[in-house]
Amino acid sequence: MNNGHIGFERIIGPNGSGKTTLIKSILGMVVPESGGISFQGQPIGQDGQYRRHIGYMPQIGRYPDNMQIGQVFEMMRDLRGATAETLDEELIHAYQLPQIYQKTMRTLSGGTRQKVSAALAFLFDAPVMILDEPTAGLDPLSAEILKEKVQREKKRNKLFLITSHIMSDLEELATDVLYLVEGRLVFFKSLNTLKTETGEERLGRAIAQIMQKTTL
Amino acid sequence: MEATAKPVAGIADLPMLKIAKYVVYDILRNKFVLAYLLFLVLVSMSFFNLESDPAKGMMSLLNIILIVLPLVSIVFATIHLYNAYEFTELMLAQPLRRSDIFLGQYLGVAVSLCIAFGVGVGIPVLLYEGTLRGAMLVGCGLLLTLAFVSMAFLATVLSRDKARGIGIALLLWFFCTILYDGLVLMGMFAFSDYPLEKIIIGMTFLNPVDLARIAMLLQLDAAALMGYTGALFQHFFGSVLGGGLAVLAMLAWVAGPLWAAVRIFRKKDI
Repeated sequence: MNNGHIGFERIIGPNGSGKTTLIKSILGMVVPESGGISFQGQPIGQDGQYRRHIGYMPQIGRYPDNMQIGQVFEMMRDLRGATAETLDEELIHAYQLPQIYQKTMRTLSGGTRQKVSAALAFLFDAPVMILDEPTAGLDPLSAEILKEKVQREKKRNKLFLITSHIMSDLEELATDVLYLVEGRLVFFKSLNTLKTETGEERLGRAIAQIMQKTTL
Repeated sequence: MEATAKPVAGIADLPMLKIAKYVVYDILRNKFVLAYLLFLVLVSMSFFNLESDPAKGMMSLLNIILIVLPLVSIVFATIHLYNAYEFTELMLAQPLRRSDIFLGQYLGVAVSLCIAFGVGVGIPVLLYEGTLRGAMLVGCGLLLTLAFVSMAFLATVLSRDKARGIGIALLLWFFCTILYDGLVLMGMFAFSDYPLEKIIIGMTFLNPVDLARIAMLLQLDAAALMGYTGALFQHFFGSVLGGGLAVLAMLAWVAGPLWAAVRIFRKKDI
């Protein structure tokens, strides 16, 4: 699979189909048994420098328990060696995180953690964004803020790789869909092609139709 | 992208040291290392005060250190690394080398424990026994700390399961501090008809705790109590070659397990 050719895509697939594993492979967290991963035409090496160009929002954001929110942001800024003018703090302010900078990560609810993850992913203005189930656990307002942010960044020609089970989100955000079953690529098609092929108007129904076919 | 435009970074900007810095912050936030430091101060002070002869105080202190230090180092480092799983995961998504992440964590844990030991034992020793052998005791302690943190990191990458990892760590500690001596003694009895001295010296190198113990005992003139073997030890470790080999072996105990751990960690799925 060559990411250089993929526009805005959404990965979908049944539970346990390897979506998160694919993302972890791209990030170098899981070392593939065979084959390799290339990023912008270069095989990902040991030094991990390519990750400079990736903003990642994990499915379950886990952070050092004893750290405060503000300290986490401070640490990440320091570790990535980012200067203030290159930072994108829009989401930090949209989610009003500075008001709760003193809270330790241990005390945060799942939703607040997700907000921190989202804000961190966008913070470094990376050209490639990987969001793993981004809206799961977010309240409707926060999810909306995130989706609007994705739309805006999409217009700035960023590459998004998003996994989700929420089809309505998908329909709003995706241009291409990548479907995985048991770690195998079933298809990689544009949203419109998919709708015409299945004759369904809504993506959810289109996917359900395909899922039923593949399980039969 | 921005990185290329940035001026050449100073040594404090090395990713490994940055990570170590945050690990030290994290460790300082929980009070365990402080408690360890206070415990060491208390033990050192009381031994030096109980014994009128500082050399005897050193002996008693040595015996406590050789049991407690490996235990604290290996268990604390293992638990810390398991608890820092989230931190490791967070770091792996950043533009950092895996080896920098791992060695940064090692450095952070090792430095914290070395500071606790250096202050907790170093200052009382300096007050009561500011001699070469005092310095050697502190030096041995620091090297032992590094070696056992190394082993802890190896134990951690060997098992994903925390309970098993801590089990491996405790087993290593038990083997090095208690079991090994027993085995050597049994061997000595079983083969007491044969000249074993050279083999015994060789076996000392296979256990960092023994290495530190023998090196210190010779400094404390306790070797006279060990008869012929003691004289042989004195002869061997007293020589430049023997002393140099002992230091090298100690460093190998620091570097060896750590090197193996880094190799495993670089290939590990998170």
